[in-house]
Amino acid sequence: MRAPISWLREFVDLPESVDDLRTVLDDLGLVVEGIEFVGEGLEDVVVARVDEIHAIKGADRIRRIVVDAGAGPLEIVCGAWNFEVGNHVPLAPVGAVLPGGFAIEKRSMRGVVSNGMLCSARELRLSDDHEGLMVLDDVITPRIGQPIVEALGIEPDVVFDLSIEGNRPDAWSIVGVARDLAARFGRPLREPEYASPTPGTPTATVASGEIDASDLCGRLTVSLLRNVRVGPSPSWVVNRLERAGMRSISNVVDASNFVMLELGQPTHPYDAERVNGSTLRVRRARTGESLVTLDGVTRTLAKPGRGLGDTGEDCVIVDGADEVLGLAGIMGGESSEIGLSTTTVLLEAAYFDPMTIARSSKRHGLRSEASHRFERGVDPELALRAVARFVSILRASVPDLEWLDGPIDVRGDVPEPSMVLLRHDDVERSLGTALPVDGVVANLRALGFAVALADAGDLVVTAPSSRPDIRTGAAGRADVIEEVARIHGYRRLVRRTPTWPQPGGLTPRQELRRRIRQVMVDLGVDEAWTPTLGSETSFALTHDGSTPIRITNPLASDESILRPTMLSGLVAAWGRNIERGLLDVRLGEIGVVFTHPRDAASARRTRGGAGGKVDLDLPLENERVTVVLGHRSDDATSAATLWTLIANRLGLADVVIRAVENPGAGAHPTRSAALVDRASGVVLGVVGEVDPQVIDLVAGVQGRRLGLLDIDLDVLADTQAVRRRSQRVAVPGRYPSAVIDLAFVAPLSLHAADLGHALSSATPLVESVILFDVYRGANLAAGTRSLAYTVRLSSADRTLGDSEVATLRDELIVVAGQHGATLR
Amino acid sequence: MNLNDELIATITAEALAALAAVDTIEELDERFPSIVGKRSAFASMQKSFGSLDPEQRRELGARLQDARRAVEASVELRRIDLRAAARTTMLEADRLDLGDVVVASQSWAVTLGHAGLVGSTQAELEDVFVAMGFTVADGPEVESDWYNFEALNIPPAHPARGMWDTFYVDLGEPETVVLRTHTSPTQIHLMESAVANDSLPIHSVAPGRCYRRDTPDARHLAAFHQIEGLVVDHHITFADLAGTIETFTRAYFGPDIESRLRPAFFPFTEPSAEFEITCTICHGAGCRTCSNTGWIELGGCGMIDPAVFESVGVDPDRWSGFAFGFGIDRCAQMRHELSDMRALIENDVRFLGQFA
Repeated sequence: MRAPISWLREFVDLPESVDDLRTVLDDLGLVVEGIEFVGEGLEDVVVARVDEIHAIKGADRIRRIVVDAGAGPLEIVCGAWNFEVGNHVPLAPVGAVLPGGFAIEKRSMRGVVSNGMLCSARELRLSDDHEGLMVLDDVITPRIGQPIVEALGIEPDVVFDLSIEGNRPDAWSIVGVARDLAARFGRPLREPEYASPTPGTPTATVASGEIDASDLCGRLTVSLLRNVRVGPSPSWVVNRLERAGMRSISNVVDASNFVMLELGQPTHPYDAERVNGSTLRVRRARTGESLVTLDGVTRTLAKPGRGLGDTGEDCVIVDGADEVLGLAGIMGGESSEIGLSTTTVLLEAAYFDPMTIARSSKRHGLRSEASHRFERGVDPELALRAVARFVSILRASVPDLEWLDGPIDVRGDVPEPSMVLLRHDDVERSLGTALPVDGVVANLRALGFAVALADAGDLVVTAPSSRPDIRTGAAGRADVIEEVARIHGYRRLVRRTPTWPQPGGLTPRQELRRRIRQVMVDLGVDEAWTPTLGSETSFALTHDGSTPIRITNPLASDESILRPTMLSGLVAAWGRNIERGLLDVRLGEIGVVFTHPRDAASARRTRGGAGGKVDLDLPLENERVTVVLGHRSDDATSAATLWTLIANRLGLADVVIRAVENPGAGAHPTRSAALVDRASGVVLGVVGEVDPQVIDLVAGVQGRRLGLLDIDLDVLADTQAVRRRSQRVAVPGRYPSAVIDLAFVAPLSLHAADLGHALSSATPLVESVILFDVYRGANLAAGTRSLAYTVRLSSADRTLGDSEVATLRDELIVVAGQHGATLR
Repeated sequence: MNLNDELIATITAEALAALAAVDTIEELDERFPSIVGKRSAFASMQKSFGSLDPEQRRELGARLQDARRAVEASVELRRIDLRAAARTTMLEADRLDLGDVVVASQSWAVTLGHAGLVGSTQAELEDVFVAMGFTVADGPEVESDWYNFEALNIPPAHPARGMWDTFYVDLGEPETVVLRTHTSPTQIHLMESAVANDSLPIHSVAPGRCYRRDTPDARHLAAFHQIEGLVVDHHITFADLAGTIETFTRAYFGPDIESRLRPAFFPFTEPSAEFEITCTICHGAGCRTCSNTGWIELGGCGMIDPAVFESVGVDPDRWSGFAFGFGIDRCAQMRHELSDMRALIENDVRFLGQFA
């Protein structure tokens, strides 16, 4: 909201320093997002008369203008066309610096030297008008050479651009901001000038107002204004509006906007002649009704929207013939708009239910200054004061304006102002700072709260009608305490760093996540962050017949499905690097992938819907680590090697790589294998290569292999499913080990790791078994291959003799035989 | 059957026979024109219709076209089969039993990887809070509207929901399942489970990924990371909140960086505050980054709103608490003077390689 300092000063005395004021406004939670200095940068701009206009050869957009600003003819190149010889326009001479810091220099265009710039109103930041130059003859009687500031009677001003929080509808007005400042500075808040109705004809004899939907409309006032002459507003009204960011339309509309900006009450003027029976009635819109709003758009009313809890309820204003005049509190209709010929005005000032306005405004995609205020909550007691102010402003241009006595004032349901019991220690218990009770009382009263002293230093606090944000009970106490703290100043409150006996720390799961990330990075993988939302195409290639989880309102169609795997994102990232000439890239990501509740073994059931009363099945979230190995020499064996190293660093007891029929979507069907905990049989991931079909999504990489490692962190974290090495450390024997090599012919169905494990467990004297060669050849029986192991044998209490080694060797051969392997 | 129909039947049969003789996808591509394409019998028959009268030409042409389409469909089916066969052959030729890979014989050349900027920043932030006595909590990225909004005192259709540009997930009733727009739902999970297990107090931070439906630019991404703090204990006050923010600020950003609070509005805290820290670029002198104020906004905080306590069943007379939240990515952006956030999701290794 734009708050000119001159307007604020009408209500409260303020310090001179703009910087200090900015600090105070910020500290009150009325955050200053920008400051505009009106009149700044106009010091050097003067009135000039256009004496000659010449075309420039070869240029059809610009012309050579000769002007006189009191110091003789001056040539200027100008691109505007809305003026003629004899007009007076603003001239920024060479050396002038316009608002916003634009410095005017001598420039040459098409061989013509321009000695300054003729300005539009927008260039001078006087209005939004950029249609052409600001032709001064339209506004004033100009005098050559006169400073523009003097000619236009511009008073320097400072405009704060304030960001007003959603819980402060009262601050969405000049007087609301002034009230906060008055409270902070401990100064009185002045009242504006209000008009009184003209004694004589009572309003009720010529107009009427009714509320048919008292839950939607808490108050309707209808005033009748006679002897209206629609015309321009006085310049002080125009200037105020423009500084606050609104354009002057006519004295009646301006008065309405002025009051809204100043007090926060939107009002709506109707041409009384065009309102049947001079009657305003508030009711629910009926299905099938429509309305052409002031912006020329036809609105279908009472049509349910798709938002949660949107029933399509619209509140409308109708006339005596039940014709819809406007969408209440949002925008009026064309039919009853005031015009130049209007002489009698029916003025509506009302209070509407904030939620109703919010829903209607959202559904119709129609936001107005009025709806903005009503949906946050207008002071229900403000309506007639706002009318009195409206009349006082309009009387400046229409002195004989008649405001009929006894304006109509009907009531519906209005929220009761909250009453809160503030116990004597509540402020200290919440803020940790003890504030003297008289200070608390003074601050609250300055904000318009009624405060009564109860027993034992407790306070009974009643919120003003302008503060619908103040609730009751414990929540209301918190609201009131925030007000106390705000006026006192957050920066003056005590700070204390709390301590507690409970230790901080990471869970084993979080430790594991960090560990695996560290190991991955240590082994040469760069950590990536790929999108959670992917395309149909990538989903089709990387899911196992599962159901896609779609986003209802995606930003782009290729970002519409929750990823079933991180693989496609990583492959795309790898491809992007290759595109940029970075050919050796290994990327890994730790993140969440999603499974549709329909496909999940056990759904994640949670509460949802209005009031949390519905049971909802949410997608299963599975945390995984996915790595793609994309160095030019990488393939499935690189991935297997990487896994072996990671498994070792994670201290896994015995996870083996085991070929499987279907390694899963996205994995290379014949070059990938499962990671299996031998003891539990639980699969914790996939190792191998990326399916060539997926690689084909990336341009220019045909024939390249991409190693793949994909680990389920949820499974890995389960130490029952995936066992860890024993914590107990073994002390190696002092006696030398005997090393023997054994080569077996084993059927393809016998896993090398299983045979190795069998050999390891054959006798306690086996120290280690390591596979060192695999041989497949025509000289071996079909369906078999040779597996060669190095076996270390040792004893803790003796050196093994040759005969003992030979016996052990025979034992190992027997064990291998039990698994179907024969010594080669 | 007239002569033309016979002819169509014949060329159809010939085309299908020729198709059956094709064994590879390359062969199919090569022979396509002569089976059903420009050099096929269908094409030449079509040409011969030139001399017929229009009515007859149309009628015959339609029949020929039907026959040709049927053959084309067979060609496409064949193409799919051949492609699948080619893939199977290729995959079989490529077969590798990873169980038989002799890992011991593979060498792993030493290369250095790099942790991502966001992940590292998150770990650093967690470490600061762990040292201050906080535990770390995880929460889901897909939430119901109850956890993301209503339990946090943001009722349905309330204008405050407009503060978050929400991605809705197509599950359940419209607008009931969302990609969480902030980490605050984790507060609700933490309090609910503490109440259910009778395990209050809570001193936790909850980092994680959040989503807002906002077109990405240099300063924002549609996905981002936040860290949420939640303390629920006896006798917790606003002073504890301000002190916690202050201690964290100095510990993470450095001893010369201060924090300050100013009033703000969040539906789930009251009193609420925005917290600002000394601009890390100019150290308070005023610069472009901080719009010459010397301060930059970091996040929001406040005392837990009694309405939130009510929705999770915490007794506000026995317990009080505070919450805060701020952007992890934003901390990273500030510390590393990152000029374009989009670099974070491009995963260019020249970008990633800059981080230790």
